[in-house]
Amino acid sequence: MREELLNMREEALHDIEKARDLKELNDIRIKYLGKKGKLTAILRGMANLRPEERPAIGKLANEIKEVIEEEFSKKSNELKEIVKNERLKREEIDVTIPSKVAIGHKHPLTLVLDEIKQIFLGLGYEIVEGPEIELDYYNFEALNIPKDHPARDMQDTFYITEDILLRTHTSPVQVRTMERRKPPIKVIVPGRVYRSDEVDATHSPVFHQVEGLLVGKNVTMADLKGTLITFAKMFYGEERKVRFRPSYFPFTEPSAEMDISCIACNGKGCRVCSYTGWLEILGCGMVHPNVLRNSGYDPEELTGFAFGMGLERIAMLKYGISDMRLFFENDLRFLEQF
Amino acid sequence: MRVPLKWLKEYVDYKGSAEELAEKLTMSGSNAEGIEYVGQDIKGVVIGKILEIKKHPNSDKLLITTVDTGGKVFQIITGAHNIKEGDKVAVALPGATIDGGIEIKVQNIRGLESQGMLCSAKELGLDDHGLPEDMKNGLLILPEDAPIGKDIKEYIDLEDAVIEFELTPNRPDCFSIIGIAREAAATLNISLKKFSRGLEKERFCDKIFDKVKVTVEAGDLCKRYIARIIEDVKIEPSPLWMQRRLQLCGIRPINNIVDITNYVMLELGQPLHAFDYDKLAEGSIIVRRGKKGEKLITLDGHEREITEDTLVIADGKGPVALAGIMGGANSEVTAQTRTVLLESANFSGANIRRTSRRLGIRTEASSRFEKGLDPNLAEMAAERACELIEQLGAGRVLKEFVDIYPEPVLPRKLPLKVEKINALLGTKISKEQMVEILKRLGIEVEDKESETFIIIPTFRSDINQEADVAEEIARIYGYDNIPSTLPSNIATCGILNRIQKLTDEVKQTLVDLGFSEIYTYSFISPGAFDALAIPKDHEMRDAIRLINPLGEEHSIMRTTLLDGILQVVRFNINQKRKSIKVFEIGTVYLPKQLPLKELPVEKKKLGLAVYDENLDFYYLKGIIETLLVKLKVRKVEFYPAKLFSLHPGRTARISIDGEIAGYMGEVHPDVMENYAMENKRVYVAELDLELLLDKAVTEVKFQPLPKFPAADRDVAIVVEESVTAGSIIEAIKEIGGDLLESVELFDIYRGEQIPEGYKSLAFSLTYRAKDRTLTDDEINSLHCKITQHILERFNGRLRE
Repeated sequence: MREELLNMREEALHDIEKARDLKELNDIRIKYLGKKGKLTAILRGMANLRPEERPAIGKLANEIKEVIEEEFSKKSNELKEIVKNERLKREEIDVTIPSKVAIGHKHPLTLVLDEIKQIFLGLGYEIVEGPEIELDYYNFEALNIPKDHPARDMQDTFYITEDILLRTHTSPVQVRTMERRKPPIKVIVPGRVYRSDEVDATHSPVFHQVEGLLVGKNVTMADLKGTLITFAKMFYGEERKVRFRPSYFPFTEPSAEMDISCIACNGKGCRVCSYTGWLEILGCGMVHPNVLRNSGYDPEELTGFAFGMGLERIAMLKYGISDMRLFFENDLRFLEQF
Repeated sequence: MRVPLKWLKEYVDYKGSAEELAEKLTMSGSNAEGIEYVGQDIKGVVIGKILEIKKHPNSDKLLITTVDTGGKVFQIITGAHNIKEGDKVAVALPGATIDGGIEIKVQNIRGLESQGMLCSAKELGLDDHGLPEDMKNGLLILPEDAPIGKDIKEYIDLEDAVIEFELTPNRPDCFSIIGIAREAAATLNISLKKFSRGLEKERFCDKIFDKVKVTVEAGDLCKRYIARIIEDVKIEPSPLWMQRRLQLCGIRPINNIVDITNYVMLELGQPLHAFDYDKLAEGSIIVRRGKKGEKLITLDGHEREITEDTLVIADGKGPVALAGIMGGANSEVTAQTRTVLLESANFSGANIRRTSRRLGIRTEASSRFEKGLDPNLAEMAAERACELIEQLGAGRVLKEFVDIYPEPVLPRKLPLKVEKINALLGTKISKEQMVEILKRLGIEVEDKESETFIIIPTFRSDINQEADVAEEIARIYGYDNIPSTLPSNIATCGILNRIQKLTDEVKQTLVDLGFSEIYTYSFISPGAFDALAIPKDHEMRDAIRLINPLGEEHSIMRTTLLDGILQVVRFNINQKRKSIKVFEIGTVYLPKQLPLKELPVEKKKLGLAVYDENLDFYYLKGIIETLLVKLKVRKVEFYPAKLFSLHPGRTARISIDGEIAGYMGEVHPDVMENYAMENKRVYVAELDLELLLDKAVTEVKFQPLPKFPAADRDVAIVVEESVTAGSIIEAIKEIGGDLLESVELFDIYRGEQIPEGYKSLAFSLTYRAKDRTLTDDEINSLHCKITQHILERFNGRLRE
C-alpha cells in the first residue's frame, strides 16, 4: 500500500506538471483527490492493514495529499498568470489615436468681463444692468447732455423715435440706479452699447462697456484714483504704470482718462501705443453735481465717482487682437483659442 | 487742432521742445495726439536772383539761367517759363535736398551743365493752391525784397513742429493758437506775449451807418454782430508766411482777404466772414431766420435748402450766407472786389449745430460756433483782422464800425471754497496755492471780508460751479499729485445675485458640454423673417426699426436669436468645419406696441445650434436635459410641435411646470436652403433664459436614502409608429403611483418579427416602497395592471 501511495504521488505530480490549462488541472485534481479519486480508492484498502500499520500509512497519505495540493495550487497560479498575461497582451490598444471629446470655449469678451467682475466683486461692488433700448432722457439729458449739446457729436446715435434710442454708453444706468436705490451705491454695470460707426478694424456699431459707480458721503477723487489703480494693477499686473490726465465728459467733473504704460513695449513707444508709451484704458471722473441732482441726490451731501471702459479694447490689448470684427464673426478657429 | 510751434511761440514765452510741450499739455488736459515735423527734408536751398535768361541751344523747352546767390553765380537750366530777369527764386544748389528728400546734383542737360535747380512751390513742400496760375505750373517767384543768399527755410519758416491736439467740446476757447498759448502759460507757469499792435492808418468816416445797415431780427440766435468796412481793397495772394501757416493748420490759401479771415480764426478762435460789399443789395445786412422756399448757393457750389430754423445773413433781396457755416456765392469776394464788409459775429451754437447736421456741412467756422463762443471775442477778432489787412496793404479800414450787442456778457463771479474743493479732490492744497493756480489761468481773485471770490473770464464759459473750479485747480496742480486712497466708509458686500450666478452656471455648463459661446449683433435684416419662413402676420415680425441704420441688413432689432446663430453656423461650415456646437445668451427686443411709445421688453434668450453628421436631434435634447438637470429644473416636458422654421416631424416644444420655455428641433430644409446650407442638417434650440432661471432650484434638501430593497421588471410593447415613448412613460407613471420609483426606456426595436409601421419599445420599471419590502405578489399585480393599461390605451401587444 505504501508502494501504491508513492506511485500515485509520482503519477499525480507528473500529471500536474504536464497540465496545459486550468480545466485540465482541475480534472487532474478530481482524478487524484476527488471523492471518487485515486487517493480515496487507495485509502479504502486501509481496512485490510494491521492496526499498528495504520497510523504510519495514514500519515503518509496526508503528507502526499498536502504535497499534491501544494503543487496543484502552484501550477494553478502559474496557469492563471499565463491566462492574465495573454489577455493583457490581447487587449493592447493604440493610445495615440486622437479622442473625440472636446470642451467648448467661452467668448473672449465673457472671459475679460468675468475677470473684471471678479476684481470689483472683491472690492465690494454689486453688478447691475439696464435697458439697451433707452430713453433720450437717461442716455443724454439726465447725464447733463441737453439737446444740441456738442458732446452729442462724441457719440453717433442710432434712433428709434425722437425720444427712444439705442444707448450709446452704459452711463444711463448710473441715473437709473441712483433713482431706484438709496446711497451708498457701489455697482458695476456691464452691457451692450451702440454707436452708428461703420465697421472696421477698430469700430463696431455694437460693442460692450463696463461702467462703475460709487456714491456716498465724503467720496473723493483720491478714492477714484486709488480704486482704479488697484483695478489696473490687479488686471494688468503690479508692474504696470498708471497715469491720470484731465479730460472731459459732460457727466463727470473733474473728468480724467486713465492710461497704463503700454503692454506691448512697456512704455518705450511702439505701434500699439502710437509711440506714446501709454495706452488709454478708461474714462472716469467725479459724478457731476447736475447728474446727482437729476437723480434726486443732493450734491452738497453726497459725492461719487464713475468710470467706464470698453470691453473690446481691453480684450484686444490683453490678447493682442488687432481686428475688432473677430469678436462678432464667431469663427470657431478664433473662439477656440480662448 | 493743429498748432505750429513757431506760431505758438509768438504768443507764449516757451523755449523748450515740441515733445516736452506736448507731454506737459497732455497732462494738463489738452491731449496731444502726435507731432509732425515738417520741412526737414529741405536743406541747402537759398534765395537767388536771376541775372540772365537764355534759350538752350539744343532744346526749345529749356532755358539757361544765370543766378546770383550772394557772392556766387551759378548756371542753372530750367524747364519753367514764368521767370524774367531780376526775379527772386528758390535755388537748390548741388548737394541740397528738396521735398521728399531728393538730392540735387550737378547735371548735364542736353549737353550743358546745370549747377543746381530752381524750385517750384511743391518742391519746397508748399501747397500752391493760393498762388497765381503761372506759379502753380512754374517756379515759385519770391517777393522783390527777399534777401539774396538767405536760407529759404528761414525766409518762409518751412521747418516747424506741428502738434496735433485732440480737444474736448467744453473748451471752444482752446480751438485757437491763443487758446493753446494760454494753456501752455498756465501749465508751465510762463508768461503770455502781447501780439496785437492795433490799427494805425484807419480812415475816419462819420457816415458808416449810411454805408451799411445792420438789422438783427433773430436776437435770440445772434448775441452780437460786428460789421467793418474795408475800402480800396486789392485782392492778391497773401504773403508766403501766412499761406504756409494756414497750410500747416490744414486750410488752403485763397487770397489775401479770405486768408486773413482764416488766419484770425485759427489765431483767436473766432470765425470771420468777408462779403463783397458791392454785391450786397442796399448795403444791408439782416440777421434773421430763413423763410420757407428760400435757397442759397453756397461757396462750395451746392444749392442749399433754407428752413425756418436756419439762421441766415440776408441783404435787401435775400440770403447771402448760412450764418456761421458758409457764405453764399452771390456775395463772394473775388479778384474784382473793391470794398469788403467784414463780419465778426456771435451765433447760437445749438442752431448752427442743427443746421450743419441737417445740411451735412461741417466747416472750420461751424465746428467752432457750435461749441458756443464768447461774444467778447468778436470785437478783438475784427480788430485783429483789420490790423492784418492794414499790415499787408490789402485795403483801407474804416475807423467806425457797426456793433450790435444789446446784452454784453460780463465775467462771472464765483465763491472760492477751499475746503469743499479739497474735500472733493481728497487733497490738502492751501488757499495760497489755489489762488496762484487760478491766476495762472487768468482767473482773478477777490478777497472780501470772510469770503473769497473768483472772477471767471468770459472766454471760460465752461466754469460755472464748484466742481468746475475744482477741476481747474486739480489739472494745473497735477492729477498725478492727488493722493490715491480707497473709499473707507462704504462697507458693502460684493456678491452676484441669483440670476447672475445661474447665468454664469449656464455658460459654464454648456462650455463643459462642448459648446462655444458666440456674440452676434442685436440688429438683423428684415429679410431674416422671410429666410426663417415666419408667417406674414406673425408677432415675431413686430420688430423695432431703427431710423438711421447703417444699412438695411442691420435695420431692425432682433426678436429671435435664430438668424444670428444660423449665420454663424453657415460661416463656420464655409470654413470647412465638420462639427459645430455653439450657444448664445442674448437679448431679444419685444415692443409692446409699434411705433414705440414706451420702452420695449428686453428678454434674455438662450440659443443653441449643433451641426455634426454624427449627431442628431437626441444629442441636442440630451444637452438641454443635462443643462436642466444642472439647474435642478423639474417637471420638464418635450412634446411634438410644429414651428415654421423647423422640420415638421422633428420639432419639440419644451415646457417647464406647464409653462412654455422654448423649442428645439431640426432646421426646416427650406430654411436651410434660404441660409445657403442646403442638404445639411442643423439642430437648434431657443429657450427663454429668464423662465429657465426662474424655475431653477438652488436650495437643496437632502432626501434620506431608501431603506427597503427595489425590484426591477421589464415590459416590451409593440405599438404603431405614431405612438410616442413619452406618452407611454406618462401612462406608466400614472398607474404606477408612489410604488413606481422610476421608468426607463432601454430599447427601441424595428425589424424582424415587428410588422411595417410598428415599433417595439422596451421599458425597465423599478418598484420600491418607502416603508416596507414589497412582496412578489404586490409587484407582479401592479406590473400586470400597468402592462394591461398601456396595452389597451396604446392599442399594443406584448412582444414575445
